[in-house]
Amino acid sequence: MAKVSMIVNGTPATANIDPRTLLVQFLRENLRLTGTHVGCDTSQCGACVVHLDGKAVKACTLLAVMADGHSVTTIEGLAADGAPLHPMQEAFREHHGLQCGFCTPGMIMTAVDLVNRKGHDLSDHTIREELEGNLCRCTGYQNIVVSIAAGAKAMTS
Amino acid sequence: MYDFKYHRPGSVRQAANLLAKNEDAKLIAGGHTLLPVMKQRLAAPPHLIDLSHIEGLDGIEMKGRSLVIGALAKHADVAASAIVAEALPALSELAALIGDPAVRHKGTIGGSLANNDPTADYPAACLALGATIVTNKRKLKPEEFFQGLFTTALEPDEIITKVAFPLARKAAYVKFRNQASRYALVGVFVARLPSGVRVTVTGAGGEGVFRVTAFEEALQKSFRAKALDGINVSADGLNSDLHGSADYRAHLIGVLAKRAVDAANARA
Repeated sequence: MAKVSMIVNGTPATANIDPRTLLVQFLRENLRLTGTHVGCDTSQCGACVVHLDGKAVKACTLLAVMADGHSVTTIEGLAADGAPLHPMQEAFREHHGLQCGFCTPGMIMTAVDLVNRKGHDLSDHTIREELEGNLCRCTGYQNIVVSIAAGAKAMTS
Repeated sequence: MYDFKYHRPGSVRQAANLLAKNEDAKLIAGGHTLLPVMKQRLAAPPHLIDLSHIEGLDGIEMKGRSLVIGALAKHADVAASAIVAEALPALSELAALIGDPAVRHKGTIGGSLANNDPTADYPAACLALGATIVTNKRKLKPEEFFQGLFTTALEPDEIITKVAFPLARKAAYVKFRNQASRYALVGVFVARLPSGVRVTVTGAGGEGVFRVTAFEEALQKSFRAKALDGINVSADGLNSDLHGSADYRAHLIGVLAKRAVDAANARA
């Protein structure tokens, strides 16, 4: 067993875990933060994207012990319970950026990372290029791209 | 994934000691190659030595006429570095083509080289530019370092610490990506160095990265895409799979080499 301590959504989390535990398993099964999804489990689909020290990573391809001492933000950490949605979440709701919703948490975490790196005025082309690691099987991406462009602008205020 | 014992050394020396002491131990940095194969049970190291907490191995700096990149530098760091963009823009572009944004936040240059995947991008840059691969024990040239499919000259207790790239007068990397995996179906790196022209290919060779000397000789005489007209690459020894036949890959090498020469010339 290995001891891990990390900050998840601003709250310290400590546990004794099997070193094989993936970060996504730790989040879902130990902390019950089930907003982060497991899609392909091969670092291709992006359903498991969370932020590690503020940067988008695929939580299915990271051991929880490797995140020891670091800070993790999941979809649950973007807006407090009962508080208004994060502007990127609100943009996905407003612009119908989802159908079944399975890929949405990863899409939104990727989108917020994209805005942090590339700013608030994002071209269609940039958004599509940056989404190459996030797969959606319902929407055809059109409304996801529209949502991210709108969310990026909304994040300025 | 099979069970393993997890180690977290604080220095390269400690990591090397752990490697020497524990047979079949594996190093992990970004984990984006090793963890997927451990999940598939294609690798089952009894000991995993995590390098990611060692300080000072991820620097990017100019030293004299060389661009020196620490082994733990992430692909995203290399892609976004103003130092790399100024010194070797071809290398920035190469790093930006690896995987996807989240993968680039974790994958490291040292891990890519140590794994020597025949479809990885960095080996093409190292061989084309004549980089020096520095380990805890010695300095290796790419010709001695890369030894075929997933094989390198690294000894069991040897750890890459940094890579030093000589600067090119002109260089470019053009990659034809496998649409599903983002790995190179074929990637061609062209470099015009003070010592001559080098053309290297990744993704196509059954034994990993290799040079195309016929292209190098032609480009040495005239560094123009036209100089490659009529020179064909043999399909012998090239990979053939459901993504592309050996003949197709041989054809792509010629096409991509021309595009790379054009891109290198357009930059200067």
